[in-house]
Amino acid sequence: MTLQELRAMREAGKKAMDRRIIEDKTIEIVVGMGTCGIAAGAKETLDAFIEELASKDIKNAVIKQTGCMGFCHSEPTVAIHMNGMPDIIYGNVNAETARQIVHSHILEKRLVDKHVFDRPAKDIVKEN
Amino acid sequence: MHRSLGDFLMDLFQNAVEAGATQIRVEVRQDSSRLHLVVTDNGKGMTPEELRRAQDPFYTDGRKHPDRKVGLGLPLVIQTLEGTGGEFALESRPGEGTKVRAVFNLEHWDTPPEGDWSVVFTQVMAWPGSHDVELVRAWGEGKDHGYQVSRQDLVEAVGSFEDVEALMLLKEYFRSQESMEDGK
Ligand SMILES: Nc1ncnc2c1ncn2[C@@H]1O[C@H](COP(=O)(O)OP(=O)(O)OP(=O)(O)O)[C@@H](O)[C@H]1O
Ligand SMILES: [Mg+2]
Repeated sequence: MTLQELRAMREAGKKAMDRRIIEDKTIEIVVGMGTCGIAAGAKETLDAFIEELASKDIKNAVIKQTGCMGFCHSEPTVAIHMNGMPDIIYGNVNAETARQIVHSHILEKRLVDKHVFDRPAKDIVKEN
Repeated sequence: MHRSLGDFLMDLFQNAVEAGATQIRVEVRQDSSRLHLVVTDNGKGMTPEELRRAQDPFYTDGRKHPDRKVGLGLPLVIQTLEGTGGEFALESRPGEGTKVRAVFNLEHWDTPPEGDWSVVFTQVMAWPGSHDVELVRAWGEGKDHGYQVSRQDLVEAVGSFEDVEALMLLKEYFRSQESMEDGK
C-alpha cells in the first residue's frame, strides 16, 4: 500500500461516514500505555478495542493512548467516557475484557462489574 | 514480564517522547539471527550521572510511579539483553539528545518473541503529541530491503489517528509494508 492509496482509502471511508446518520454521542476510550501497562499487555488491549469497534462498525469512537495512569498494580487500565454512562476506569483489562467492555458497556450500557476499578460515588451513577 | 520485542520498542520510544524530543528516529533492522532496535531523539539528553542512574535497576527518582520501587524501562531491556547474548548501547548528551541501541539475539531461547510489528508501529505513530517520527525498517544486512515512513507523511494521508477507522487503516498500511518481507 502506498501513502496515496492510504489517503484514498481514508477519503473513501470519510465519504461513507458522512452519508450515514452520525450519532452525536461520542465515545472516548483511553488506554494506559506506560511501561507498567505495556508489561501487563496493554498493546494487545488497545488493539482488541480497535478490532472489536471496527468489527461492530462503531464509528463514533475515539481511542487514545496515555502514559502511566498511576494504577500500576491493576494494569492494563482503561477509562471510558460516553453519554448515558458514568465515567468509568476499568482495571486488569486484557483483550478478552476489552471485547466484553465493547459489548456490555458501550453497546448495552451495562457495567462490566468485575473490572470496575473506579467510578463516581454511587448516588451520582445513573441507573440505566 | 515483557512479552515481545515490540514492547521494548514502545518503552524506548516513550522515553524519547518524555524527554521532550521533537524528532525521533526509530530503526528496526532484522537479519537471520539478530534484531536491531535503534531509537535516536533530540530530547533533553542526560548528563553522565543521569546516564549511570538510568541504567541502574535499583535507582528510581520515585516521581512517576509512587507505588513502585524499581524503575522498569531501561534496566529491563538491559537485563533481558544480558541474559540472552544481546548488546546494549546508550549515548546521550545533555541538551542534544539520546541514542539507544538494543540488539536482540533471535537465536537465544530466552529472547522474547518479536510480536506483531504492524500493531507496534501503529501504536508508535498514534502516540499523542506533536513530535515527528521517522520509521526505518530493514531486513537483511544492507538497507536496500525495507521501507521508511514518517509520522508527518501518515498524518497528511489520514488526518487524525484517534478514530477507529484511521487506526484500522494505519494498521493495514503497516501490514502491507511488513508483508514485503515475505517476498524476499
Ligand atoms: N531518551 C531519553 N532521553 C532523556 N532521558 C532519558 C531517555 N531515556 C531514559 N531517560 C532517563 O532515564 C530514566 C529511566 O528511564 P526508564 O525508562 O528506565 O524509566 P522511566 O521512563 O522513568 O519509567 P518507566 O518505568 O515508566 O519507563 C528516565 O526517567 C529518564 O530520566
Ligand atoms: Mg521509560
